[in-house]
Amino acid sequence: MDAFILQILNGLDKGSAYALIALGLTLIFGTLGVVNFAHGALFMIGAFVAVTVSRILSISMVVEDPTKTDFLGNPAKISTPYVEEWFGPTIGAGILDWAVPISIIIAIPIMIVIGVIMERGLIQHFYKRPHADQILVTFGLAIVLQEVIKYFYGANPIPTPAPAAFIGSFDFGAMIGFDPNTIIYPYWRLVYFAFSAIIIAVVFAFLQFTTFGMVVRAGMADRETVGLLGINIDKRFTMMFGLAAAVAGLAGVMYAPINSPNYHMGMDFLVLSFIVVVVGGMGSLGGAVLAGFLLGILESFASMSAVIELIPGINQVIIYLVAIIILLTRPRGLLGRKGVMED
Amino acid sequence: MSKKITRRGVLAVTAGAGAALAMPTIFDGSVWADGHSGFTNAPQGDTVTLGFNVPQTGPYADEGADELRAYELAVEHLNGGGDGGMMSTFSSKKLQGNGILGKKVEYVTGDTQTKSDAARASAKSMIEKDGAVMVTGGSSSGVAVAVQALCQEAGIIFMAGLTHSNDTTGKDKRANGFRHFFNSYMSGAALAPVLAANYGTDRKAYHLTADYNWGYTTEEAVRSSTEAMGWETVNAVKTPLASTDFSSYIAPVLNSGADVLVLNHYGGNMVNSLTNAVQFGLRDKSINNKNFEIIVPLYSRLMAKGAGANVKGIFGSTNWHWSLQDEGSKAFVKSFGTKYGFPPSQAAHTCYVQAMLYADAVERAGSFNPCAVVEALEGFEFDGMGNGPTLYRAEDHQCFKDVLVVKGKENPDSEFDLLEIVEVTPAEKVTYAADHPQFAGGQLGTCNPGA
Amino acid sequence: MLGLTRKDTTILLIVTVLALGAPFLLNPFPISSPLAQFNAGYPDLMQRFVIFGIFAIGFNILFGLTGYLSFGHAAFLGVGSYAGVWMFKLLGMNVIPAILASMIVAGLFSVLIGYISLRRSGIYFSILTLAFAQMSFSLAYSVLTPITGGETGLQLSLNDPRILGQSVTPDGNIPVPSLFGLEMGENTRLVISNWVFTFNVGYYFCAVILILAFYLSIRIFRSPFGLMLRAIKTNQTRLNYTGLNPKPYTLAAFVISGMYAGLAGGLMVAMDPLAGAERMFWTASGEVVLMAILGGAGTLIGPILGAGFIKYMENIVSKINETILHNWFAFLPDGLEDIVVSMVYPFIGKGWHLTLGILFMLVVIFLPGGLVEGGQRIGRIFRRKKKKETGDGSGATTVNPAE
Repeated sequence: MDAFILQILNGLDKGSAYALIALGLTLIFGTLGVVNFAHGALFMIGAFVAVTVSRILSISMVVEDPTKTDFLGNPAKISTPYVEEWFGPTIGAGILDWAVPISIIIAIPIMIVIGVIMERGLIQHFYKRPHADQILVTFGLAIVLQEVIKYFYGANPIPTPAPAAFIGSFDFGAMIGFDPNTIIYPYWRLVYFAFSAIIIAVVFAFLQFTTFGMVVRAGMADRETVGLLGINIDKRFTMMFGLAAAVAGLAGVMYAPINSPNYHMGMDFLVLSFIVVVVGGMGSLGGAVLAGFLLGILESFASMSAVIELIPGINQVIIYLVAIIILLTRPRGLLGRKGVMED
Repeated sequence: MSKKITRRGVLAVTAGAGAALAMPTIFDGSVWADGHSGFTNAPQGDTVTLGFNVPQTGPYADEGADELRAYELAVEHLNGGGDGGMMSTFSSKKLQGNGILGKKVEYVTGDTQTKSDAARASAKSMIEKDGAVMVTGGSSSGVAVAVQALCQEAGIIFMAGLTHSNDTTGKDKRANGFRHFFNSYMSGAALAPVLAANYGTDRKAYHLTADYNWGYTTEEAVRSSTEAMGWETVNAVKTPLASTDFSSYIAPVLNSGADVLVLNHYGGNMVNSLTNAVQFGLRDKSINNKNFEIIVPLYSRLMAKGAGANVKGIFGSTNWHWSLQDEGSKAFVKSFGTKYGFPPSQAAHTCYVQAMLYADAVERAGSFNPCAVVEALEGFEFDGMGNGPTLYRAEDHQCFKDVLVVKGKENPDSEFDLLEIVEVTPAEKVTYAADHPQFAGGQLGTCNPGA
Repeated sequence: MLGLTRKDTTILLIVTVLALGAPFLLNPFPISSPLAQFNAGYPDLMQRFVIFGIFAIGFNILFGLTGYLSFGHAAFLGVGSYAGVWMFKLLGMNVIPAILASMIVAGLFSVLIGYISLRRSGIYFSILTLAFAQMSFSLAYSVLTPITGGETGLQLSLNDPRILGQSVTPDGNIPVPSLFGLEMGENTRLVISNWVFTFNVGYYFCAVILILAFYLSIRIFRSPFGLMLRAIKTNQTRLNYTGLNPKPYTLAAFVISGMYAGLAGGLMVAMDPLAGAERMFWTASGEVVLMAILGGAGTLIGPILGAGFIKYMENIVSKINETILHNWFAFLPDGLEDIVVSMVYPFIGKGWHLTLGILFMLVVIFLPGGLVEGGQRIGRIFRRKKKKETGDGSGATTVNPAE
């Protein structure tokens, strides 16, 4: 039982990352009808916004310390971050410590701008082109983006820790009456889960309760009619692209402390996020979220050692297996509509 | 289908091709046969070409870049440039700084992409297009085994780069291939006594193992050597290579009764699984009244950097570390550090040494012929290359030398100062019989000089 | 000729000339010149051009004709390779049984996957094929290691039985793949002053198969069967209304293209007897999709061009390093040389992915029909000069009223 609850927690946490990425991808699919292979790269850029912010914050004043030597025997250089210099060691260190949460505020405008530039500069020319062309151009863009990041940050993962207050784990099991140490969970992962839930809620509320959202939803259902009504749907779709980029970017920023970001993390998530979107049903936001959590939880269960012993290799293939079963039993995924991307 | 024109057309083409092939003066096989003098890619003129095949794209690109730096340094030293590095400390004094056998060393580079197919394609282009007489490098065992087999077939020498799986000099060993790097068995043998001394002999271990060949051999090696000293293995779970989030594998560990977690992971897997394990607060817990511990059998400083503060206090093993104080290591660190501004990694070290050992073997053999080189390297004993007295064993072409047991440093002085050496395990403690079961199932075969 | 229209015959002849003359055509620069770096006329790369050309031609039969975008085609190439190596291990080193086994196994595998995946269309079909291929890759890399060799790949060993051949050669090595005794690795070199041309048995073996495979694909494109496949692409619903069941046709196309992939896999191991699991990874499936689109999906020759383009980038650009750059620009003054080198450096060697990504984008933005369209545009410019009439615009994409 406790192992079960533990894996549900894990699944929710994994699922929230999948759901966030798939949500943005579905927004773009649903509104613009574009297969965006560069979406994973947006997630990766988000994580690197966090890396960059913490690097900028820790730009340091370098002085030589004659009492120490470096590995070649030269006088060692001691560096003090300027923020510590300016705000004193306590506040300065505090700012450094909170680099990842600070990045969230910075990431939103940056990601929206990147999204809008991508849409206006490139994607808008591909609305009428075949999906194959969209795949090729966005895949090319994804490669370019990740190679640029690699050029500046190298190929190795870069540690980007969460604030000290969120490091470590708490004993969830003891709280609900199990033995100690049976269900422990890291603080930051709970933060991630809560954060994702909020973002998902905000996006849904935005589409549901604002006029803007209403027009976009109408546009998703029938673009031509909305255009005939004299509404400039293109402009709104551009904003949707910005929004989708921001969602992917925020998912990336918050993910940075969970796993050290590297330049190819976007590609690692790309295939998975497409599977999530398709299993959820093309063009269905609810479906994307549902499928994200479902696959996250199933993946967690499949990695339990009892399950692996029963079916060897199941942890390797569970996602794909589930995708196949769902697509064969429900032709358009969990909540998909008829006629979207079927030809 | 109309066949009447067909046949005539085909015949005409054949005749034309036949005429071209038959022209006597053009086909000049004799020039090449001359230059070959009995083996593939015999160096022509006053230069010799070596092939440096390292990962330049993909997750190991930084490690590959460091290997390439080491090779460039080695070429510089072989050609008489720089301060000579380890040439002054190397026990064999054959290298003069005038190239190899008087031929200036040139090199070509390629990208393995850490994929066996791409690595072989790259190595083949070095052999077929650039005339490389030796290929070296790589940052994974899959690539090492694949390229080693290719070099055996093509008839050139392969000097393995970073490859830690037992298989490279075990079941997949080849006569034309040589490995300086240590292996899974040595990691286990070196770690076990240190672990016993620090954590006691009554421990319950939980293994997470990367689900591919290297993971299997490492798990087997660490299991057998820790079980031999009294540890119990509670569980061993295989994790997919493609995993990025190990939470679902790590979460059940605490509840399993284990008090030690062994992460048989390398590279990105290691960074993520270690980060996740520390996130779950495993190291703050105590199980069976013992503090919970994590072990990473194969450490790499470059990768440890990716895990940040999470490596502190965690034991592992490594082939070499820049803080070693013997003359060879000091000379190498000095010349590498002066040229590039930071200390070399273990990958850089093993690649530099392999290049030097090859050059020296050619000098001693007096020939670039692979069979002569194999003969010179087999059973070769040397010193002054950073790992103490070392033997290139003839039976499996594996180097036997000291192995370092290291620990993540608590208070690093600099960004390079991540590991501290706990113990230098002497070579005899990690030596095994050539027919040890962990290495069984392969045959060296005979050296192949090619055409 | 050969039951083809004049235009198709021309294309077939072009491919034949390109394939047979490749050792000359791909080696335009003398070995001593700094541009020799760009020569691609060495056996391994030429073999790859041809093998991936076959793979892409096969993929195009499915994608170009029916519009079904399979994202898991590398799986067929992978199982084909494994089947080929197993034939080498068990039977002997003759390449013919190995290649036949590759095609048969890949064909059976594609019947299975095609039958299931073709129950859906559009992106749902793509994801199903992707899921199957990723499952194959994951299992081959891990739990199936005893059959597939896992990470290190499936390779030959001295202990293999090889019942129709020898386990070990007299000089103690593993025998090499051969065609009835004619070794695939055998080279003949032709030296003309500073040019060296290499003629490789394995390459010509592949080239002949490429020409046959290409001829077959033209026949398929122009046959009633091909017409039916195009009808499926244009409007499947209407086809249903006419009382035709499109499924057997798509399945046949899927299996044919799977067998092409198997043939490519078999040739790969015939040239180089090792099968790595990575060749089934989704990026490998993606690569063949990119080859087809980049060259011009639905055209006859496009996929071959796309395959050549990508493999050239991978094997030539990735090998240029800083030293070579310095050699090229050595004629510039020192300061300027360093500036030029540092500007070019990010795009070559370890930056070859960047160059590839940029070229993908440029091609698809400016040449919507892929490289073939680029060729047609150039062709049109010339034609316009000759006659004062606008180009007819009929590319290889348009249906020819053959047969």
